[in-house]
Amino acid sequence: MQLSKVIKASIIALSVLTIAACSSTSDDATSSSSTTSQTGKDLEGVQTGAADRILTPAEERARVREEQQERYADLRKENVLYFDFDNASIRSEFAEILAAHADYLMRNPAATVVIEGHTDERGTPEYNIALGERRAKSVVDYMQSLGVNAKQMTMVSYGEEKPVVRQSNERSWSQNRRAVLVY
Amino acid sequence: MKRLIVSVVLVMSALFSGQSNADLEIVITEGTNSARPIAVVPFKWLGEGTAPYNFTEVVSSDLIRSGRFKPVELQQLPSRPSNDSDIDNYTEWARLGVEAVLVGTVSQFAAGRYEVSYQLIDPLRGQITGGLSDYIKDEGLASEQDHILDGRTSVVLDSQFRQYAHRISDVVYEALTGERGAFLTRIAYIFVEPDAQLPYQLMVSDYDGENARVLLRSPEPLMSPSWSPDGSKLAYVSFENKTAEIFMQDIYTTEREKLTSFPRINGSPAWSPDGKKMAMVLSKDGAPDIYVMDLATRKLQRITEHWRIDTEPKWTPDGKSLVFTSERGGLPQVYRVDLESARIRRTTFNGQSNLGGVVTPDGKGLVMVNRDNGFYHIARQDFPTGNFYQLTQTTLDESPSIAPNGSMIIYSTMYQNQQVLALVSMDGRFQARLPSRAGDVKAPAWSPFL
Repeated sequence: MQLSKVIKASIIALSVLTIAACSSTSDDATSSSSTTSQTGKDLEGVQTGAADRILTPAEERARVREEQQERYADLRKENVLYFDFDNASIRSEFAEILAAHADYLMRNPAATVVIEGHTDERGTPEYNIALGERRAKSVVDYMQSLGVNAKQMTMVSYGEEKPVVRQSNERSWSQNRRAVLVY
Repeated sequence: MKRLIVSVVLVMSALFSGQSNADLEIVITEGTNSARPIAVVPFKWLGEGTAPYNFTEVVSSDLIRSGRFKPVELQQLPSRPSNDSDIDNYTEWARLGVEAVLVGTVSQFAAGRYEVSYQLIDPLRGQITGGLSDYIKDEGLASEQDHILDGRTSVVLDSQFRQYAHRISDVVYEALTGERGAFLTRIAYIFVEPDAQLPYQLMVSDYDGENARVLLRSPEPLMSPSWSPDGSKLAYVSFENKTAEIFMQDIYTTEREKLTSFPRINGSPAWSPDGKKMAMVLSKDGAPDIYVMDLATRKLQRITEHWRIDTEPKWTPDGKSLVFTSERGGLPQVYRVDLESARIRRTTFNGQSNLGGVVTPDGKGLVMVNRDNGFYHIARQDFPTGNFYQLTQTTLDESPSIAPNGSMIIYSTMYQNQQVLALVSMDGRFQARLPSRAGDVKAPAWSPFL
């Protein structure tokens, strides 16, 4: 009969709809529950945050060391330090750089470094050789006080013979008064 | 056409002769009004064609550079005599105001050899005596030509022309001043061309910059050349092995010998006047100190033992003492040590600081770099009186070296952002600069008499 066909079709259609409705409802349920676990913003304005894990002391030290090594690797790229006129004292702004180099040398006992001493052009060439050596020695002594083995370091003084800037003014002179660490 | 070829040849030979980019010319920066007029008459060539050499040009240049003489302009000469017998009228020469007239001849002697004959005439004396002066000798009358101050004849190789011209200058200088001339001397110096492959060069040239020769080229610095007393060797510091070492080199045979290679500083070599010892600076025992090495035995004698810098030892002419720079009192000053007694005395007290002291050849004075108000001048101090004289007005002076007759000082200074050599007479009145065409010229050392 015609009516039974329609009833059969509508039963099928109804059941499909019901299944579809169920699944969609369950999807909504899952998505809404996951949304809730992530931000929940869209839903009700609740926020979450995570707590830091408490590091063990060993982990703490390792982290600090790692940071320091990264920092030292950067500092070690600086290998020139500058001096005041007629002076061989290490200026405080170079303490960190020297600490970085000292650390490297202490962790690599087979590594050696040559420390060059230089001066500006004023005064006589031979006196400047002696002054350049005093600057190199100043660096060597400082590194030794940080724990570096003296055998890893040698000194050469070039006095005024190897300037980086060949001009006669205060600015150029200050750039020539230097010690250089050469590996 | 011939002239074109000649000029091209000259240009080519100038390009290839010696080390033309390191030749030094002399530019006089401060003459002296007390220069004594002298007439230098061009020597007469007794042969065919053009004269083989212009001796008097070199003689005139030498006399001007001594700071003591001023040759009269050629166009002012009343005539061109070549011998005393050519001069009839001494008055016209006396009227020039010159104290002496130099005349001479050049003639061919053999192939490549020439006979050079010259006389130095005093026109005032000649005016008085008329060319012949009589005097009593052995109860008789004798006469002499005492207006001729000196006269010589020599056979000279054509390769030795310039050298002989300097010899003539020496004779003229000594006849008129009583002092030995230093025109036949050399200078050693360091030439630096920063962009060259071997930037550091040890050079030797005539005192006037001619005949410059490269003795050594190095990729690393060279410093402090010092002459052996016989003028055949140079001692110097070389960094060719990436550290300071002292070498000795024969300037004629190019033979080299490494003298010292102690750890740390090996510097400031200074040959003793008798040639048997070398003073030097070594820091192997803790701080830069003065040592003397016996060249035969290579044994070291330690002269100073102080924790502060001692450097730049230089010998007194009697070989019994050293002067040196020390900062044992604070800032650098020049001290003197008696090698026998080991007694050390400070000798400089002027200005802020004094370094690079060199004793004059007569032993009576000290030339040094004096720092005053931040400027570095060459100065002189007389030993007995302690009188102090600033000799230069240039401001970044270093490395003074004295001519062997004590008349002139050569030193290094900054000019237009270049390091150049300069000359100053011992009394400071005459100054000249030796401009170099490229690079820096430094560390001059005046040779002994050759």
